[in-house]
Parts: sequence; structure tokens; C-alpha cells
Amino acid sequence: MSKQINVALIGNPNTGKTSVFNALTGLNQKVGNYPGITVEKKEGLCKLHRGVKAHIIDLPGTYSLNASSLDENVVIELLLNKNDKDFPDVAVVVSDVENLKRNLLLFTQIKDLEIPVILAINMSDRMQRKGISLDIDYLEQHLETKIALISTRKNKGIQDLKQLISNYKELSIKPCLNASEIDIAYFNNLRKAFPNQLLYKLWLVITQDVNFGKTDRKTIDAVNNFKTKKPGDLKRLQQKETIKRYQFINNVLKKGQTIDLKNATDLRIKLDRILTHKVWGYAIFGIILLTIFQAIYDWSSVPMDFIDSSFASLSEWVKSVLPEGAFTNLLAEGIIAGIGGVVIFIPQIAFLFLFIAILEESGYMSRVVFLMDRVMRRFGLSGKSVVPLISGTACAIPAIMATRNIENWKERLITILVTPFTTCSARLPVYLIIIALVIPEGRFFGLSYQALTLMLLYLLGFLMAVFSAYLLNRILKIKSKSFFVVEMPSYKVPLFKNVALTVIEKTKTFVFEAGRIILAISIVLWVLASYGPGEQFNNAETIVRTEHTSLTEEALEDKIAAHKLEHSYIGIVGKAIEPAIKPLGYDWKIGIGVVTSFAAREVFVGTLATIYSVGSAGEDEDTIKSKMAAEVHSNGKKVFTLASGISLLLFYAFAMQCMSTLAIVKRETNSWKWPMIQLASMTVIAYVAALIAFQFIK
Amino acid sequence: MQTTLAHLKRGERGIIIDVSSYHIPLKLLEMGCLPGNNVELVQVAPFADPMYLNINGTHLAIRKETAIHIQIEITNE
Repeated sequence: MSKQINVALIGNPNTGKTSVFNALTGLNQKVGNYPGITVEKKEGLCKLHRGVKAHIIDLPGTYSLNASSLDENVVIELLLNKNDKDFPDVAVVVSDVENLKRNLLLFTQIKDLEIPVILAINMSDRMQRKGISLDIDYLEQHLETKIALISTRKNKGIQDLKQLISNYKELSIKPCLNASEIDIAYFNNLRKAFPNQLLYKLWLVITQDVNFGKTDRKTIDAVNNFKTKKPGDLKRLQQKETIKRYQFINNVLKKGQTIDLKNATDLRIKLDRILTHKVWGYAIFGIILLTIFQAIYDWSSVPMDFIDSSFASLSEWVKSVLPEGAFTNLLAEGIIAGIGGVVIFIPQIAFLFLFIAILEESGYMSRVVFLMDRVMRRFGLSGKSVVPLISGTACAIPAIMATRNIENWKERLITILVTPFTTCSARLPVYLIIIALVIPEGRFFGLSYQALTLMLLYLLGFLMAVFSAYLLNRILKIKSKSFFVVEMPSYKVPLFKNVALTVIEKTKTFVFEAGRIILAISIVLWVLASYGPGEQFNNAETIVRTEHTSLTEEALEDKIAAHKLEHSYIGIVGKAIEPAIKPLGYDWKIGIGVVTSFAAREVFVGTLATIYSVGSAGEDEDTIKSKMAAEVHSNGKKVFTLASGISLLLFYAFAMQCMSTLAIVKRETNSWKWPMIQLASMTVIAYVAALIAFQFIK
Repeated sequence: MQTTLAHLKRGERGIIIDVSSYHIPLKLLEMGCLPGNNVELVQVAPFADPMYLNINGTHLAIRKETAIHIQIEITNE
């Protein structure tokens, strides 16, 4: 076996770096996390020539080696650590042809690290339209590199790039300019103090606040004959460095690149005039939002119903085929139902990511960020928080994953913490049945009270998210450099391959990451609801049969199931928490619903259906409704009144009743601290709101 | 007329004079916001914030709080 070549793809955001990665690796890629942090690590394998393979790592997009976010830290940490197993034998700097000048800044920095570098100029298909021509020989000579002119859209130049990667040993490692000229005396001192180290590497260690292992800032500070500078002076030097690099780049491009503006036709100006317009911009954004909602609620209901019924019949089929017993029940009611509970969300999540991927690939998302930033900033959020808050109305899980592109950690954390307040689709079944029970029929200006209540609940969720963002912004003392620079990329038709890969990858993450937890919880719940200690549970059948002799067989079976549940472990839990939930107007049965729906909100309806012994035959909502409406306390008073109904609605509006969201928050914030804070505070808010509502209306 | 970038009106152009303020993130310089470069205000969001700029062909949006630290010379009108 020949050795694998380690290749690092580096480049500015929006250069099509990921398209190059997809073109090189195809489906031969995997996405994980860098150890300890939640930055995505994308790597893949690429077959070169004569059996040589390249291990390709797609580094997060960055404008320079001066890191300002976790993602960007990853890039320098890898490039400075020769001992890292992913340390590149060769770096491929992906640049887009329209912004070559800006992309070369990063290129010259990497050259200074004396790593072999290939310059891949992407989107070459746009050259003619933009009136750009390049003198490749001249550029290769002055930039001390080899250039591959590629177009992932037209699938051109990828073979050339592979060829250059296989011949990486022929590449020059000479820097293309001498950056230390910005302060000769200072850099001479630095060289004297550390004669064995690469000068530019030392400079990066001094100016960056990242982890480098052996040589860090402190050891440099500790050398007596060398004096570091104050942060203000360092920043001035960095500015000088940037200016110096641009001078060099401008000089090279003056001869190596010609842009004939006469040939340039610009779609951007025309589109931006409408899409970022003060009125039309918001109107179009609104229409796009409505389309997304429509897709998530309406279009995905067909596949969702199909998945639901398929799993139900699979469960029935397993029961009919396998011999009766505990294992069959666990498989049919616990595991298959649990997997079904995960799989059913796939259509919604896939639709959501399909839209988000298209909006991002096309360049439109930057325009939304631009339009919304001012509004969101008042609440401690960023323009970039819009996407998660929209997605949250489908499901908080993909929404929280979508916060990743918010660079400012404080704004991102607040977004993650408040997103679960938005009304997700899992709350809908709970809302619908309780509204039907307790809100009177009648109309207000032609709108039914029931529809109004539902609308109010959506509004309430959104307002609560915004309000708590405002509070968190005041409370959280997180120092994070707050700046906002958003590139407005040119508009592009999304590449099908990129969109498809994103949708597949995100959906896969959801199914495997969240799915594991949902599955585990449903198994535990099933066990707790199917087993119980003592006489009452084990002899439920005989007890019920002797008490109710006059009932039909079907009604008897329902009674038995209900009796069993009451005395199962979960029933005991329900009884135990009854004192705590009584002030909210709930009895122990609702208590069980609250407990079981901790895994997922929609479980509430199913649990009540079982508890109120509607029977296993069908979950017809009208039947559940009439049973629930008839339910009385031991003193003869109704259980579901306006007071207890509103109390329940408010509880479900605010409570963190979703195990999988907590798991995702843990994954994204990389600590149990934030999900626990979220769980505690949301539960308190829900409890207090429900308490006040019940006591007030009662 | 010398002023700050925050005073540029939609459609107006200028030349960047000075970006040495401590409040300007390095990232902005790296994206081409450097002395001598041309800048045009392409579009503003309501309340003139953020600002959508074209700096020598690089299109980006920044908040007004950053723009007030960038010194420019207005070239048209």
C-alpha cells in the first residue's frame, strides 16, 4: 500500500470549496466533529492516479489566518501543528475567479508557513461573463505555485487538480513575499530569540489566541531577551501586514489579471434592487417563508401519514407473526413504535434543509441576514438568528443545528436557548385536542375563538422567544468580540449535488443522533408503562373482571388496560407527582401524560388516549375528546375546564418537553450546563404560568 | 469632502482614507476595506443599518457602528 497524501482544502467562504470537496470525494466522505468542539469536520477519500489515494479534509471557510471564530481556529491549529495526523502534505487554496484578489490574501499567508500550496481557481465558467482573463503562467511564476483552473459547475479542471495533488513534491515552498518587513527590528529580535522556529509561525502564535501545544504565547513571553508588544501595537502591525500583502497582490494581479468591465453583465445589481428593497425585500421574504411553512405542514403530511401507517402495520404484523410475550411486545410497541417516532420527522426535516440549502447556495440567505439584522439586534440576536427561529416552527432540532453559522458565540447561544419556545409541530396535536375541549365555539369578528386561540399560542411562543432573548442578553456576561461583517456573495443557481448532499447529511445526523435518544426513551417508557409491582398490577384482569361483570368484552379490555396502567411503574410516578401538579388543575392521569411527554410532546395525546381507556382499536380523536370531556374528579367536578385547559396550554407552550432537543443542545454547546439551565428555567416558567392561569381563572 | 463611511448615501461613492481605528475588525481589512480603495453604498436596510457596500468589487454588509470609524472622502457630487 502506498502512503496516502494528506490534502487540506482551504479557502474563503462562498468560493465553492465544498463543491470542490464534493467533486473530489463524491459520496466517499464523512462528517464528524473536531474533538471537544462542535465544529464540523468533513473528510473524504479521493483516488488519484496509479493507486495513490488522497485523504482530503475540508477545512472551515476563512478569510485569513487571523482567526475570529471557533471554526477559523481549527484552520490555524491544524496548519501550525506538524504532529497532527491530518497535517497536510499539500494545501489546496480554493479561490473564486471573481474575488481572486481577496482570496490571495489567505494564499500568501499559507505560503509563509512553507507548506506546499496549489491554487485552485474555481467558477472559471464565469470568467467570460465577468470579462476576466488571467495570465496563468505569470501568476504561477510570481505566486510560486501551480494553478488549476476549475469549474465544479461544468465539471472541468478536476482531473488537472488531481494531477497537481499527486505531484505535490514538485511544488515550491518559497514564500511569495517577505511579511517581516513591516517591522524589521521586531522580527529580527524574534528570530534571534527563536532561531529554530519559522518566523511567520511565531508571529501567528503571538497574534492568535489559539491552542498550539508546545510553543504558546506564554513561552514566547517568558524568554527574557525578547519583548512582545501591547495588543494595540500588535493590531496595528497586523493591519500593516494586511496592507503589505495587498500591495504585493495588487502588483501581481496588475499584470496577471485583466478585467474588462465592458464585457461584464451583472445580474446582482438588478436582483438586489428588488431583494434588498425596504418594502419588496420584506414582502418577498414573507412569501418565501409562507412557501416553506406550506411545504413543512402540507406537503410533508403525505409522506408522514404513509410512514405513520407503515410503522403501525409493521408493528401489527410483528405481533401477528411472533409468538406472544414480553419480547414481542417490546419489539412491536417499544422499539418499532420508537423508530417510527423518529422516522416520521424525516420528511419535515428533509424539506426544511432542502429550502435552507437552496437559500444558502443561491446567495439569498445573506440578503435575509442583511434585512433582519437591525430588528433582531434589539433582542440580543443577530440577523443570522432568523433562520433558526423560522425552522423552530417545524422542529427545534434542525433549528438548533442551523445556528452554526452565527459567528458571535453569545448571539448563537441565545438563539439556541430561545429557539425551543417557538411553536414546533409536536405541540400541535396537544393544542388541538385541548382547544377543542375547553375553548367555547363562537365567533369574534368572523374568526372562531378556537382558531384565534391557536394563533395566539403561535404568537405567544414567538414573543416568549424574543422576550427571553432580550433578558438573556442582559443577564449573560459573555465576552465575545461583537462585530458583524457579512459577505454578500453573487447570486448562483444552486448545484443539485451540493443541495442533495446537504439534505442527506443533515437528515442522517438527525436520524442517528436524535434517533438514538428518542428510541431509548420510548423503550424505557414502554417498560415503565407495561410493568408494575404488586398485586394490583399483576392481577389486574381478575380484579377488573370481578368488579365489572356487566360490561362487554371490549369495554372490559379497556378497563383492564387502564387499571394496569394506573398500577404500573409510570402510574405510580403519576400518583407521586400529583401533589405538585394539583395546583395547576391536573390530576394524576394528566400527570402521567406530562411525564411521558417529556420524551416528546405529542406523546401526551397518545398517553391520555390509553389512560382514558379509549381502547387499543382506534385513536379516533372524537372518542378521546368525549371521554376526556366526561372525566370527573372524585368530588364530581369536571377535570377539563377552561381553567385547567388554559393551564395545560400554557404549560405546553413553555415547557421543555423534548428530550431530543436537550440532546442536540448538549451536542451543540458541548456541555450539559446549557441544556440543564434551559430545562430548569423553561419548566419553572411553564409551571408558574400554568399555576397563575389556573388559580386566576378557577 | 472628508467624512465617515456612515455618512455615505445610497448610490454615492468614496475613497477610503483611514481604517486605523481600534474598533474596526481586522476581518474587514482582510476583505479589502483598505486605504485607497473605492467604496460604494449599494443598499441600506431600514434605519440605514446595516449598510451594503461594494469595496473594490467585494460586496459586504457591515453595521453602522463599525462604519462610523472608517474615514472616507466622498468622490461624487
